[in-house]
Parts: sequence; structure tokens; C-alpha cells
Amino acid sequence: MKQHLIVAATLTLLLPLAACGDEGGDGGDGGGELTVLAASSLTDVFEELAATFEDDHDAEVDFSFASSTDLAEQVADGAPGDVLATADETSMQVAEDAGVAGEVETFATNVLVIVTPPDNPAGVESLADLDGATWVRCADEVPCGRVALGLLEDNEITAAPASLEEDVRSTLDKVISGEADAGLVYATDAVAAGDDVATIQIPGAESRLTSYFLTTLEQSEDADLAQEWVDLVLSDEGLQILEEAGFGS
Amino acid sequence: MRHDPLGRPPVLLLVPAGLAVLVLLLPLLVMVASTDLPGLLDQLRSEPLREALWLSVTTSTAAMLVALVLGLPLAWVLARVRFRGRGLLRALVTVPMVLPPVVAGIALRTAFGRSGFLGEPLLEATGFAFPYTTWGVVLAHVFVAMPFVVISIEGALRSAGAQYDAAAATLGASRWTTFRRVTVPLALPGIAAGMVLGWARSLGEFGATITFNGNYPGTTQTMPTLIYVTRQSDTDAALALSLVMLLVSIIVLVALRERWLGTGTT
Repeated sequence: MKQHLIVAATLTLLLPLAACGDEGGDGGDGGGELTVLAASSLTDVFEELAATFEDDHDAEVDFSFASSTDLAEQVADGAPGDVLATADETSMQVAEDAGVAGEVETFATNVLVIVTPPDNPAGVESLADLDGATWVRCADEVPCGRVALGLLEDNEITAAPASLEEDVRSTLDKVISGEADAGLVYATDAVAAGDDVATIQIPGAESRLTSYFLTTLEQSEDADLAQEWVDLVLSDEGLQILEEAGFGS
Repeated sequence: MRHDPLGRPPVLLLVPAGLAVLVLLLPLLVMVASTDLPGLLDQLRSEPLREALWLSVTTSTAAMLVALVLGLPLAWVLARVRFRGRGLLRALVTVPMVLPPVVAGIALRTAFGRSGFLGEPLLEATGFAFPYTTWGVVLAHVFVAMPFVVISIEGALRSAGAQYDAAAATLGASRWTTFRRVTVPLALPGIAAGMVLGWARSLGEFGATITFNGNYPGTTQTMPTLIYVTRQSDTDAALALSLVMLLVSIIVLVALRERWLGTGTT
């Protein structure tokens, strides 16, 4: 019995190695793996880019999508990865301070918009209409909340939200599900939500831009491949996909 | 270790028991050790902490009482009344125990949300909706904590034995009198344990609350929510907050144990 266990354990350990060997063999020249750590809001865009990248480079792209704060903490802690993309400067700074970031590039911007359920039950047409509506925004502690707070102050809006959501996706979720009459989310989230929400632009929102940052990581095992991902994001094709998703450049 | 007439405790049991203690306590000890104390004192004076702590304690207590008032009769039905589908019902009411908290929040929303199955008629009839209110927090807590209350009380009722109920009945007691004078007193330690368990589960509840009620200081921001949101910008502050919550939980759990369960026999 004990021997069986040992054999089984050994096999379990060896199997993944064997699988790796096969993959490398099939891949031929230049086959590699790339791990991209990216802010959740980049999910759709980066997955679209990955298809192109995998065709062009005969490489496999893996993603870890999470909040920029979480990713920066993990990377600074030595988590494996080749590229880091964050939705704010503070998080990228954490990676830079830990000495794991390469050259940092800005590659996109995002603005806040108002979203409402498609039938706009509370008749919200501007920031001023938030007064009296059940509305939500991100908490002050997260990037989208800091931007919202600034924008509300710029417009001298004092209406209290019903909830301070922990991230932009849950803010959007409250509106899509009809639990909130309105929410402040990024333009890209509104695009991603499609017909599930109605979108209202906020005049002057451009003065509170959110910038996205991109860098290769020191712990990358294939620095060239990592750089090629950065180049792809910054290429015309990359910028076009970003624009279609609602990002500014 | 004093001499035990049953012999020395076997190493085969002591070693895993020691490992269990290590697994449970090491992360907490390290967390305590890595908290900076001046920061902790600052946190103690902060308004959000006091609000969130007060909200956590009051909503958990309210949820525990609701879970007791509704859960004790349910536990009694499951333990004492014979009917078809009893096993199925027992399994169903424990589902919230294994449900991922976020799913629990979504389930609550589809039932009690502003556009939910019961929530929408309620909103139209009364103008009241659970989400974003402290009542909503209590509702979410009851949903996740009641199964623990029901299961532990049901276990206590079963092990208390139905023969005493039978004896009471032969002496002419009605079923209600038996419940009050015999069943409940016999199961009291189990009932108290169930309440403590339910209270503790409520206190740590986070996923269902934030999904169903959102997060607003003073009305829906409980300690776990405050800790989660704080961690987004300041890990040290989040650690300090966790420590406060840890202390409060330990104090309450120890106090309840001594007072109600009478297990201070060491």
C-alpha cells in the first residue's frame, strides 16, 4: 500500500513535467509562455490582444486579472509574471519601489460616466440629478472612488450615495441589477455593459482622467517576449482595440 | 501533566492536536506581531472604526436573536416532528452554510432586492427596501447564520432524548408545556452554543452583506467590510482593524463560554 502511494505520488509530480516537455516539442521555434498581470478593467481588451499575440509569436498567454492594488502587492512580493498593467499610478509605484518594474509606459486613459438602468427610473440626466436618487459610487479608498470624489467636488455635488462600493465592477453590478438608480463607473465599463445600462457623459470629466500604466517585470523569464507584449499594446492595433472598448489614448 | 488513571495520552493524538493548534493560531499570532501598535491606537480613536464595530456588534446580536426565535422552532420541528421530506428539508436549510457568500448576496437580492421577487412589491406597498439599510445587514446575517443555529440546536435536541418528552406527556403535559418546561431546559447548553456560533458567524459575515447591501459608513459598513475596503489603500490600517475585531471576538466568545456553557473546568 505504502509503495503504491509513493509510486502514485511520484507519477503525480512527474506528469506535469512530461506535459511541459510535449508542449515545448510541439511549439517548435520561439514557443513560450507569457504571464500578464493586469487590472480587471483590461480583461476584455487584453484577451482580444492575446489572440493576436499567440498567433504571431507561437506563445501561450496566461492572465491574472485582479485589482491593481492586489497585483502590485503580489508582484512586489515576488509573484511570478512577465508584464504588469495597472489602472493607477500608486499601484505601479509600489512595483517600482520594490525594484521589480522595468520601464513604465502610459498606454490608455479612462473617464467616469453616469450609468443608469436602461429605463432610467429616477430620470438621472446629470450629476445634479443624483440628489434624491438611490445611487452608488466606488469607495474613497479605491482609485475609481478617488476620481469620483474629485469630480463631485469639482461640480459641487453634495448628494450622498446609498453605498460606497469596493470596486467599479460591483458599482456597475448594482446598476445593472436595478438595485441602484445610477452609478459612477468608467466609460469602458459602460461600453462593456452594452444595452444593460444607459450612459450619460459628464461634462468636464476629462479633467479627472485615470491613466493606465504598463511595464515588464524583473522576474520575467523571457524578457524579450514580455517586451513584445508591451510593444503590441502600444502598437496601432493595440490602441485601436483599446479605443473600441472605450479607452482614451 | 498530572497522573491520569487512563494512562498517558498517546503521541499519535498529541502530535496532530499540536499541529491543529499551530495551523489555527500561527497566522493570527504572526498578524498580531506584525501590527504596529501606535497605528492601532490611532485606529481605536477613529470614527469609522467605532461606527463599524458598533454596527457589527448590534447587527450580529439582532441577527442571533432573530435566528433563535425562528431557528429554535425549526430545529424542534426537525428533531421532534415526523413528516415526509424531513431529511430533505434538513439538508435544504443548511444550504446557506456551503453557499459562497457572494452567491448568498445575489440570492438575497433576487428575493428581497429593490427589484426582487418580494422586494419590489414591498417597495411599492411601503416605500421600504432592504438594500442599503441596517435591516438589510441583519437580514443577510440571519440568512448565513441561522443554519448554524438550527443545526446545533437540532443536535442538542436530539441528544437530549425524546424519552423525557414522552414522560412529560404521560404526566399530562401538553406539547407546548413539554417544549417550554422539559425540552428547552434540557437542551439549553446546546441552544447557547448555537447562539454563540450564530453570533460569531454573523460577526465575520462579509460577502453576502457587501453584495446585498453595499458599503456605507454608519448604516451598512460592518467591521469586515471596513477592513476589506481599508486594505485597498492601507494594509497596515487594515491589519490594525483586524486586530481590534479579533480582540472583541475573543472577549465575547470567552465571556459567553464561561457564563453560559459552564465549560471552565480546567
